[in-house]
Amino acid sequence: MAKAHIELTINGQPVEALVEPRTLLIHFIREQQNLTGAHIGCDTSHCGACTVDLDGMSVKSCTTFAIQANGSSITTVEGMAAADGTLSALQEGFRMMHGLQCGYCTPGMIMRSHRLLQENPNPTEEEIRFGIAGNLCRCTGYQNIVKAIQYAAAKINGVPFQEAAE
Amino acid sequence: MNVQAPIELTSAERAEKLQGMGCKRKRVEDIRFTQGKGNYVDDVKLPGMLFGDFVRSSHAHARIKSIDTSKAKALPGVLAVLTAADLKPLNLHYMPTLAGDVQAVLADEKVLFQNQEVAFVVAKDRYIAADAIELVEVEYEPLPVLVDPFKALEPDAPLLREDIKDKMTGAHGPRKHHNHIFFWDIGDKDGTDEAFAKADVVSKDMFTYHRVHPSPLETCQCVASMDKIKGELTLWGTFQAPHVIRTVVSLISGLPEHKIHVIAPDIGGGFGNKVGAYSGYVCAVVASIVLGVPVKWVEDRMENLSTTSFARDYHMTTELAATKDGKILAMRCHVLADHGAFDACADPSKWPAGFMNICTGSYDMPVAYLSVDGVYTNKASGGVAYRCSFRVTEAVYAIERAIETLAQRLGMDSADLRIKNFIQPEQFPYHAPLGWEYDSGNYPLAMKKAMDAVGYRALRAEQKQKQEAFKRGETRELMGIGISFFTEIVGAGPSKNCDILGVAMFDSAEIRIHPTGSIIARMGTKSQGQGHETTYAQIIATELGIPADDIMIEEGNTDTAPYGLGTYGSRSTPTAGAATAVAARKIKAKAQMIAAHLLEVHEGDLEWDVDRFRVKGLPEKFKTMKEIAWASYNSPPPNLEPGLEAVNYYDPPNMTYPFGAYFCVMDIDVDTGVAKTRRFYALDDCGTRINPMIIEGQVHGGLTEAFAVAMGQEIRYDEQGNVMGASFMDFFLPTAVETPKWETDYTVTPSPHHPIGAKGVGESPHVGGVPCFSNAVNDAFAFLNAGHIQMPHDAWRLWKVGERLGLHV
Repeated sequence: MAKAHIELTINGQPVEALVEPRTLLIHFIREQQNLTGAHIGCDTSHCGACTVDLDGMSVKSCTTFAIQANGSSITTVEGMAAADGTLSALQEGFRMMHGLQCGYCTPGMIMRSHRLLQENPNPTEEEIRFGIAGNLCRCTGYQNIVKAIQYAAAKINGVPFQEAAE
Repeated sequence: MNVQAPIELTSAERAEKLQGMGCKRKRVEDIRFTQGKGNYVDDVKLPGMLFGDFVRSSHAHARIKSIDTSKAKALPGVLAVLTAADLKPLNLHYMPTLAGDVQAVLADEKVLFQNQEVAFVVAKDRYIAADAIELVEVEYEPLPVLVDPFKALEPDAPLLREDIKDKMTGAHGPRKHHNHIFFWDIGDKDGTDEAFAKADVVSKDMFTYHRVHPSPLETCQCVASMDKIKGELTLWGTFQAPHVIRTVVSLISGLPEHKIHVIAPDIGGGFGNKVGAYSGYVCAVVASIVLGVPVKWVEDRMENLSTTSFARDYHMTTELAATKDGKILAMRCHVLADHGAFDACADPSKWPAGFMNICTGSYDMPVAYLSVDGVYTNKASGGVAYRCSFRVTEAVYAIERAIETLAQRLGMDSADLRIKNFIQPEQFPYHAPLGWEYDSGNYPLAMKKAMDAVGYRALRAEQKQKQEAFKRGETRELMGIGISFFTEIVGAGPSKNCDILGVAMFDSAEIRIHPTGSIIARMGTKSQGQGHETTYAQIIATELGIPADDIMIEEGNTDTAPYGLGTYGSRSTPTAGAATAVAARKIKAKAQMIAAHLLEVHEGDLEWDVDRFRVKGLPEKFKTMKEIAWASYNSPPPNLEPGLEAVNYYDPPNMTYPFGAYFCVMDIDVDTGVAKTRRFYALDDCGTRINPMIIEGQVHGGLTEAFAVAMGQEIRYDEQGNVMGASFMDFFLPTAVETPKWETDYTVTPSPHHPIGAKGVGESPHVGGVPCFSNAVNDAFAFLNAGHIQMPHDAWRLWKVGERLGLHV
């Protein structure tokens, strides 16, 4: 199949590649770019394990063609920690609040939460739950994911994190 | 002699620094998972690796008249197309199941369920493989389809399993019909009949526990890599039981076991889905052996939901006999078990219905009888324990629903009925009428704590008022109070009653202390999100006084880890957790000898203090475990071999019996059928608590899966055997929006036979949660004499209940 030339930025690094027009973005990221953080869970854009940030939007990369990402800027979970290795507030929050178990949904969940906090730096619990409703988790029951996002929001906003009583 | 450090920490301070048992240690695993650096099977990428994909049956029951692979083979990039005809000469077209049946690897002459594996295409990448499967032409001759298990044993029911039609004795005794798999019974039949004949009240219902799927977020997958020069096979896979898989691969491939390297890397959830062996593993292995290059197989979600192992599908006719004041006299239960096309249940070999005989639950009754008939239908095979210890989920559903319907027939409060019939604390160890010996429990204490926490009596009063208001037409909402008091049976299991393919269900730990006092430990289990790397280290930290952060836990590599039976049935803590403590204690005993030698005292003059042996009465004279570790490599006592390591294969003396009291308050809109969970309170007693943070996380997750199963999840078939809803569009997985908020609580009744008193917890919330939700729904409608309402309780079905009861006029 004839290949198309694409140029984009992934985690701040310029990338040039040849892709088949039908190549899915998730396969391009995972198999050609060897960034295996984003996962495939459902193939139908329901689970969100493949979520990446594309030009300021949360995008499910299992139902996006790589060629559609031409000219875009993508951030994956691998681009979340600081250059010196310091974890982002969200990554720290997920660990501190036990917001993950098997870890399979986590990269997508963190990328979705990242965009949510960019759009709404101080979300209510209801807004968080609605905001991550496109991402499924089979392990945690979401309660600690909500807390992880609240923890990160507090840290980013420079206010102390108050864990709500159960 | 030691020179005491200028600022010596107290024992309590030193203990805290260890991050041992009982603390909310943050997880080791999260460092890599939060950065996208986990290593899951689909992340494995090898030079020259090919990709395999299945041609699947469009029919539920049909004869295969022909398979034409020529067009697919001609497609550039396709290396091979395997069919049953290719596997037959190798005798690999069928494989043994854990339940003593055989299962077609690739359909042999006929297909028995929709999406059954018919051919395996191997291509250069997954896109070419997907193209090629479309080019394989299969001609089918449709046969009559059997979907309803209640029709399976009718005289003229279609013959499904032609391969065993003349084999009228199965793995579990005689088969009475061509679609019959087994009959299994336990208990005192005559005594039970007698008790029923004398009873004031007999309460009888048929409870269906519908067909569902564990559906971990990562599907089943593997990479097989045959090194033809060395004659060695490496198999990475999503294996909850990697050692068992190695043994199975050796038995069916003929490759010697030491030349098979099975590796289970990080696993994206299992919930029972990843215990069994599937066609994809066999085909990938065969393809790699034939082609001499690595072959990857990855299920898509549709394949996962419709082929690799369902759970439940139990139809349980359940009876309780009682006196009119509510003392239970006996239980009788018959199960019709729908196993699909092959009996691929993942139970210990001697237990065709798993531990269904825990169905007398938390209640003291003198006699009971359970019988089970397993049947074939044109559905996917399986019968795995979805977040469950071998049918305990079904058992608990039966008894906890039966208690409710009995209470209703007696006109009694169901909490009071439970309390009246509880096994009392002084009755432990308790010999249940269906054979198990419950190790420990304090049910009245847990029940009281839970009832006080939710304000049970006030809730009933509120419900009464709401019911009156509903009758007066002032509200369209029904309030339901769900109760579940469950007893689990986990930690399979003692070799005297549990094996898989003849291998006793022990588990293992190997602990090695390095000269500088850090540790590597390996277990025969395999975490799929349970946090083993964190919690096993906590056990060792407490036992040996080495900080948890200095302990590395490794699982999943069958070359390095000691043999174990894997992680499912909440068995890791009861088996490998016990092995960890025992192995640590072996090390500690040797460490004591070394310390005595170093301190020039008798061993008996030493006492253990958190992280050191000290001389009794002379606390300033001590040797820390770290110092002892160095000495063990540097200057061991004469006649003692150097080094400091131990291994333990732990054969548990009994199962463990975690229990819990769950309460749910639900409001149901009768006009829409929408059910809102107002409150869910879960009290768990899992014995000694190793890491409360992880326990609570497990409870949250298990409750969410319970919510999904009770309130919507279902693998349904139409009359033609078409599987309905094999995608996340239709198969209900709750999002953060629908998922209720969870309240957790606990009591602690340590297991008397487990070295650290722990019982396992991963499945309790699922086992206890499903009946709690279903009881809440049923309780909401009970005052309208709705009868038992079958799961799943989605809005459409609850609306239909309202319709049936004439509530919508």
